[in-house]
Amino acid sequence: MVSKIINHSINKDEEKILSFMARIEAGEKIEADDWMPDEYRNVLIKLISMHGISEIMGALPEKEWVPKAPSLKRKLGIMAKVQDEMGHGQLLLRVTEDLIKPLGKTREDIMEDLFSGDLKFHNVFHMEAPTWGDAGLIGWLVDGAAIITQTNMLSASYGPYARALKRICAEEVFHAQHGEAIILALAEGTEAQKAMIQDSINRWWESLLMFFGPGDAKAVGTSKQDITAKYKIRSKSNEELRQDFFTKYVPRILSLGLTIPDLTMHFDDQKKEWIYRQPDWNRFKEIVRNKGPKSQERLRLRKLSYENNEWVRSALSSGSENEAG
Amino acid sequence: MNELLSTEEKRAVIELLYQLADDDFIISYRGSEWLGLAPHIEEDVAFSSISQDTMGHAAMYYQLLEELGEKDRDYLSHARKSNERKNAVLLELVNGEGHYLHEPRYDWAFTVVRHYYYSQAKKVKIESLKQSSYPPLAAAAVKISMELHYHLMHWTVWFTQLLNAGGEAKKRMLKAIAKVEAEFEDVLSLGPLSKEIVKAQLIEEESRLLLSFHANINAVFNDLSIPYKGEFTSLSGRGRFGEHTEDLSEALNTLGEVYHSDPGAVW
Ligand SMILES: [Fe+2]
Ligand SMILES: [Fe+2]
Repeated sequence: MVSKIINHSINKDEEKILSFMARIEAGEKIEADDWMPDEYRNVLIKLISMHGISEIMGALPEKEWVPKAPSLKRKLGIMAKVQDEMGHGQLLLRVTEDLIKPLGKTREDIMEDLFSGDLKFHNVFHMEAPTWGDAGLIGWLVDGAAIITQTNMLSASYGPYARALKRICAEEVFHAQHGEAIILALAEGTEAQKAMIQDSINRWWESLLMFFGPGDAKAVGTSKQDITAKYKIRSKSNEELRQDFFTKYVPRILSLGLTIPDLTMHFDDQKKEWIYRQPDWNRFKEIVRNKGPKSQERLRLRKLSYENNEWVRSALSSGSENEAG
Repeated sequence: MNELLSTEEKRAVIELLYQLADDDFIISYRGSEWLGLAPHIEEDVAFSSISQDTMGHAAMYYQLLEELGEKDRDYLSHARKSNERKNAVLLELVNGEGHYLHEPRYDWAFTVVRHYYYSQAKKVKIESLKQSSYPPLAAAAVKISMELHYHLMHWTVWFTQLLNAGGEAKKRMLKAIAKVEAEFEDVLSLGPLSKEIVKAQLIEEESRLLLSFHANINAVFNDLSIPYKGEFTSLSGRGRFGEHTEDLSEALNTLGEVYHSDPGAVW
């Protein structure tokens, strides 16, 4: 009798999964309150919370340059950009909150996971940004790379994420223009200014390659690539995205009279692909495990502000209990 | 318009514009240091939007100065020395202990009170400036007042919420109110050329501005059942007279770091 019931419920789950996959195959959008397999929910939570927290942690390297931007125009530009990034973080955390609600989790848990190292943020945001050239390069190439990976998910099967990405991508275009404007001003400037951009490219090149993730699972051990493809969350592979990045940006970098710090870099006409030196994927693993040059310092900033404002959060929650406002 | 100004009027306009520009510029800078450190993500977004608007207001005033024959707006905002600045001292004070990149232990209560009081004072001035005899300033005031409306709403919510919460929050807020009031005289001061500024009908006289300010803020304190003393001093200096603190010098070093690395370059 007992085994019959179990069999029955297994069949029911299988049916649910089959009809869920049929919706995915048909290109239907899944919504927050729809039934979904745990595997789907979990991969979304991982992907979107990492994206959201990366937007927030990503504001920190640029934060360094907001007060220092060298003109009123640049101050206004970078302030607007970093505000957008925090806005993206907010939007994505809300999407994540809906996904973790059935698991009894809240935003507090997301923050705790960040501090404990369970929730990782993008490799680029662990790196140093010691010059104004880096502030420009982040907008130009890091946001440029983000546009490539995010447009790849614009038709993601999960409706709330696809809609958030649509808004985010529209703003990212302005970010890339903002970054490019800084870089162009430096490229047309003094010798010292030109040297500043080359220095930034040299420093960021490997991180930019890492940004798209390893080409196959072998490089770092595991990969979400297969699962995200199965559920039609993303279409292109890491390597395809990296190749798109090269196609778009290598010519632009060279046309500014700059060089790429990889002598093997070239387009192979026969293979129809860019040949390049692989970044150090072991290093990549270390970096995203919060062992990058700025990982601890930036986590410390977030953690400190979290602790420092404890009294504000508790005042707000007591206030809402007292008078519902 | 400019050619219609007498030499004395022009001096008064320039003086007033420096006060307005430097006030918004430095408080926006202090706001930008908070980026990523606000009590929650939603506040980070809202606060950085306010700081950005405020930087935009400063840019408008510096632009008007440039048009009056002063140096270019980036020089005016980035290169002028501490003793040339006309901002109120309250607005230059650090957000709290620590550095914006290293161990910041910023004081949210001070930030809320400072921004709330400043927004109230700015509102009183902007309303008066809408009737300014100098048309470019009156036009700027109209534009600014629309954004200021939201800033004031934002800080009013924080100000009342934290005071209403009682307990530790209220204690911190009362302490911050005392700190802000001790510096606040400066904010509504029109500085050494106040007579000329008023005579040129650029803005109402200090005593009238102060009266409006008291009336507005008193109403809020009444609702909160907190006694409002309304006694202000300039404890750390009179910024309108070029008196400033170390906090300003340090801020100027930071905000001008890249600019000063090559002032002749185009950035
Ligand atoms: Fe973003
Ligand atoms: Fe961006």
